[in-house]
Amino acid sequence: MSTQALSGNTPAPAPAPREPRAVDPATRPYRFSDVVRSEWTKVRTVRSTWWTLLATAVVVIGLGALIGLGVGSHYKHMGLGDRLTFDPTRVAFFSLLFGQLAVSVLAVLVVTSEYSTGMIRTSLQAVPRRTWLLSAKALVFAAIALVVGEILSFATFFVVQALLKAGPAPTSSLGQPHVLRAVIGAGLYLTVTGLLSLGVATLIRSTAGAITIIVAVYFVLPVFSNALPSNWANPVQKWLPTGAGQQIFSVKPQSHYFTAWPGFLVLCVYTAIVLVAAGFALNKRDA
Amino acid sequence: MIEAHNLTKLYGEVTAVDDLSFSLRPGMVTGFLGPNGAGKTTTMRMILGLDRPTKGSVTVAGHSYHDLHAPLHEVGALIDAKAMHGGRTAYNHLLCLAQSNAIPRSRIDEVLRLVGLSDVGSRRAGGFSLGMAQRLGIAAALLGDPPVLLFDEPVNGLDPEGILWVRNLMRSLAVEGRTVLVSSHLMSEMALTADHLLVIGRGRLIADAAVDDFVDGSSQQSVLVRSPQADDLVRALVVAGATTEPEPDGGIGVRKLDAKAIGELAAKEGIVLHELTPRRASLEEAFMELTRDSVDYHAGTPGAPGVQEVAV
Repeated sequence: MSTQALSGNTPAPAPAPREPRAVDPATRPYRFSDVVRSEWTKVRTVRSTWWTLLATAVVVIGLGALIGLGVGSHYKHMGLGDRLTFDPTRVAFFSLLFGQLAVSVLAVLVVTSEYSTGMIRTSLQAVPRRTWLLSAKALVFAAIALVVGEILSFATFFVVQALLKAGPAPTSSLGQPHVLRAVIGAGLYLTVTGLLSLGVATLIRSTAGAITIIVAVYFVLPVFSNALPSNWANPVQKWLPTGAGQQIFSVKPQSHYFTAWPGFLVLCVYTAIVLVAAGFALNKRDA
Repeated sequence: MIEAHNLTKLYGEVTAVDDLSFSLRPGMVTGFLGPNGAGKTTTMRMILGLDRPTKGSVTVAGHSYHDLHAPLHEVGALIDAKAMHGGRTAYNHLLCLAQSNAIPRSRIDEVLRLVGLSDVGSRRAGGFSLGMAQRLGIAAALLGDPPVLLFDEPVNGLDPEGILWVRNLMRSLAVEGRTVLVSSHLMSEMALTADHLLVIGRGRLIADAAVDDFVDGSSQQSVLVRSPQADDLVRALVVAGATTEPEPDGGIGVRKLDAKAIGELAAKEGIVLHELTPRRASLEEAFMELTRDSVDYHAGTPGAPGVQEVAV
C-alpha cells in the first residue's frame, strides 16, 4: 500500500515562485449603506416575511372589524360609567395587540433565522462589524414595520369607525382632537414593540425562546398583573412596556396610566436599553 | 498573508486550540491537517473573527478580520456549506452577500458559472444536495475575488468529479498567487492538493513543513526485503541495529537501515536477496505516526495501522 500511496504523491509539481495576489486597488471600503441594502435583500427574499406581513394584515383588519361589530352592538347594554370612558379610537386598535404578535414574529425571524440556518456565520464573514449588522437589521425592519403599521392602523381605524357608525355607539374622526395622533401612534407602537422583539431575539438567538419571552411580556404579564392588589397592579401596569406604550393610541386618558407621549417614551427607552444590550452581546459572543 | 501568534481558544475547560503560531504564504496551497476535533475549524473561525481567541491573535494582511475595509474582497471562506438560509435562492443568497461588500451583480453570474450552478441560480438553496451546497459556498468565497481563501473540508459530499474539480480549483487559485488554506482529515486528498502542510493534533501544532519534507521526515521510511534465508538475514540485521517485522506475504519490513546498507550487509554475510525495495512512507502513514497520540476519538479496535480512525 505504501508504494501505491507514493505514486499518488508525485503529481504536485514544485511550486514556482509566484507573484502574490493583492486586493483589486479599485475596491472601495464597504459602507453602512451597503449593509442596509444587503439586509433589505435578505428580508425581501424569504417567504416568511410576506407570510407574517399578510398574517398581520388579516389579524389587524379582520379582528378589528369583528371587535368593532361586537362592541358596537354591546354599547346599548353598557352602564353609564363604561359609556363615559368609551373611547371609539382605542376600540379600533384592540386588534393591534394581536397584530403586534405577528409583527414581532417577523422581527424575531429577521434575527433568529440567521442562527437557526447558520447564515449568521456567513453574514458575519461579509460584515464583521457586528454593530453595523444589527443596526442595519433594525433599520430595515423598522422601515418595513412603520410602513405596514401605518397603513394597517389607518385601514383598521376607518373600517372600525364605519362599523361603529351603524350602531348607537359614538365614533371618532381624524378631525377630532388627538385622534390623528392616536392613529399615527398605533403604527409607531407596532414598529417600536417590533424593535423591542428584535432586540430580545438577538439576546436569545432562538426563535422559540424569543417568542416565549415576548408573549410573556406582551400578553401574560398584563393579564397576571390584574390579579395583583390594585396598589400593586396600577404601577405595574403603568410601567409595563405595553401598558405604557399603548397610551399613544388612546384619546381619552386612562387613570393610573401615563399620558400618550410620556408612555410611548417609556416604551422607547425600554427598547433602546434592550437593543444596546443586544449589540453588546452580539459583539461579545462567539458566533 | 495570515499570521497567527500564540492563538489559543478555550471552551470552558476544554482547550480547542493551544498556543498555535503559524504564517500562511501566498502562491501555494497549505493543507490544514488534523484528526477530527483537532481544532482546525476553530482556528479558521478565529481567523474570520467569528470566535474570539482566549489568548493570542491572528491577522490577515496585518489587520484583525474585524477591521478589514472590504472583507469579502480580502478573504473568501467556506466554513460550513449549510451556513445559508435554505429559503433563499442561490442567486439571492449571493446577492445579499455581494451587496454588503459593494460587489457588482455581474460577478454573481460569473461565480455561479464558475462553480457550475448557472442553471440552478433561481432554485432555493434548501433543496440543494450537499455537493451543490458546497459549490454554492465556494461561489460565495470567490465572490470578492479575494487574495486569501480558506476552505474547511471542501470536498465533503462531493462526487469524484467534484473532488477533482475542487482539487484543480485550489491549485489554480494558488497558481494565481493567492494564499489558499484547505483543511481536511483526508491525507490522500492533501497529498494531491497541498504544497505545504500545517498539521495539528489536540489544538497543538505538530508540523509545519513542505509536503515532501513532511514525508521524508517520517520514521516510517522502511525497506522491503525478501530472502530465502530470512532467518539469517533478520539475525544479521538486528545485530546491525535495524528493526524488522514480518510482512504478510513473507517479506520483511526493515527500519533504521537504508537499502544500501542492507544490500552491503547481505553481501558480506553471503545472504541471497530476492527483493530490496526502499519504501517511502505515504503522507497518510506519516500523518498517522505524528498524530497517534493526539486522536481524541479512537475506534474500538485500532486495526492494523489505525487507518480507519482518521482516513475515512
